[in-house]
Amino acid sequence: MSVVAGRALEQESAVVAAATLAVQLDRVSKSFDDKRVLDQVSLSVEKGTGLVILGRSGTGKSVTLRTIIGLVRPDSGRVLVEGEDVCAMTRQRLNEVRRRMGFLFQTAALFDSITVGENVAFPLRRHTNLKEREIRERAREKLEQVGLGQEYNKMPASLSGGMRKRAGLARAMALDPPVLLVDEPSAGLDPLTTDEIDDLLAGLKDQRHTTLIVVTHNMASARKLADRLVLLHDGRVEAEGTLADFERSDSPLVRAFMTSDNAG
Amino acid sequence: MLDATGRTILAISGGAGELSLFGLRAMRDAFRPPFEFGEILRQLHELGLRSAPLIAVSGVAVGVVLSMHTRASLERFGAESMIPAGLAMVLVRETGPLTAALLLSGRIGAGIGAELGAMRVTEQIDALEASAVDAFKYLVVTRALACVIALPILTTVMNFCGMLGGFLAEHAASGMSLRLYFDRSFSVIDVADYVPATMKTMVFGFIIAVTSSYLGFTTTSGTEGVGRASTRSVVVSSILIIVSNVILVRLIFFLFPGLSP
Repeated sequence: MSVVAGRALEQESAVVAAATLAVQLDRVSKSFDDKRVLDQVSLSVEKGTGLVILGRSGTGKSVTLRTIIGLVRPDSGRVLVEGEDVCAMTRQRLNEVRRRMGFLFQTAALFDSITVGENVAFPLRRHTNLKEREIRERAREKLEQVGLGQEYNKMPASLSGGMRKRAGLARAMALDPPVLLVDEPSAGLDPLTTDEIDDLLAGLKDQRHTTLIVVTHNMASARKLADRLVLLHDGRVEAEGTLADFERSDSPLVRAFMTSDNAG
Repeated sequence: MLDATGRTILAISGGAGELSLFGLRAMRDAFRPPFEFGEILRQLHELGLRSAPLIAVSGVAVGVVLSMHTRASLERFGAESMIPAGLAMVLVRETGPLTAALLLSGRIGAGIGAELGAMRVTEQIDALEASAVDAFKYLVVTRALACVIALPILTTVMNFCGMLGGFLAEHAASGMSLRLYFDRSFSVIDVADYVPATMKTMVFGFIIAVTSSYLGFTTTSGTEGVGRASTRSVVVSSILIIVSNVILVRLIFFLFPGLSP
């Protein structure tokens, strides 16, 4: 095959990937000081599907999410969002891409100088031309979806950890992003609320075709949300596949996760 | 010993370099859209208007003390009538701008360092970025512009309150009328005395905002780091203000030869 034909094929496969894949990591590595947190991590997520990232604490799960939204720049490798390399984007383009993604932080990261409602309204004020009344209605609607309709005017400091997490999820959903990155949605929540949040996320995926990338330790949540799973260990992909693949796996680490207390 | 000294010098040089780049970026981004007018106004209220009581009260106190000292000195030569003019000159040319800047480096610098430091360790700065907002423009440039605008205004308030304090002390000591006091004060003050000295506080404002924002932005180590960022903001910006004041005074004398002794 000639070089020109090879390039054409490469371009064609890139176009196909952009049409079907929401996010793709291609041999991504990242170190902090001397510690290698991600080591040649490759994974891909099809549009409208759910990828659950499993792994013990400190194995690079949150860093993976941060890399996807451009908060962490990899030392090597490519991070493609809808076919475009996040690391090669201009600041303006990166912000356009970020508008199409919602991010729930592990700590919720609510802006503590404004009310819960204003936190949810913040992306709407920044990135839409909606009228004030519509912004408030939409923010309230998102808060109701996570069971916090009554908390609009409260300050984040007056909420419990679980409520803050739900408010963070409402803010992440404010712009109805086609891609939602969720870092430990069930941490700090009671089992009933965890179920409600899982149902909400599953509903977003099934009805709105939102792409979900979820970091969790909770296997019950993983079973509800995952079309595919990835298990990270020491910054590397230890296992990848569907839930059925994981059920059949011989890997001791995969088996340990599948049979853990919260395996559902 | 030498190793430790070398490491300290390297760390200070590295920090100074990073701080300079941080400041240059703030200057460059101040002229690039979006301009975040709403946030600038909010910061003007937070950093400027809310500092006014501190500046006003301090101004009166400084004026009273300066007036008492000046009287004690000038009385020996029978030159008490020069007190309003002398006090006004000292306040407008140097004491007002420098005292206001140092007081504000305490109030504003500590506030910005602690606020941005807390935002860093609680991932709020990352949350801004993830919300497609340029956190540097939104948090740093807005504060820098607010400080650059607020400092000259607050310095003017300080000067006026200082003169008022001087009048109160003088009225108590000699019964001088308000009108006579201010007539004598303003008789020696020229635009060239007021404008350069007051405008140099724009530089002080920029130093306070950029230094404390830098230290807040680079905070690590949780709440302990936040406390350290807050303290360092005051210390570093105060030192930079005092050092830059020497250069600025020299520059003012060069540009306005009539002001030099």
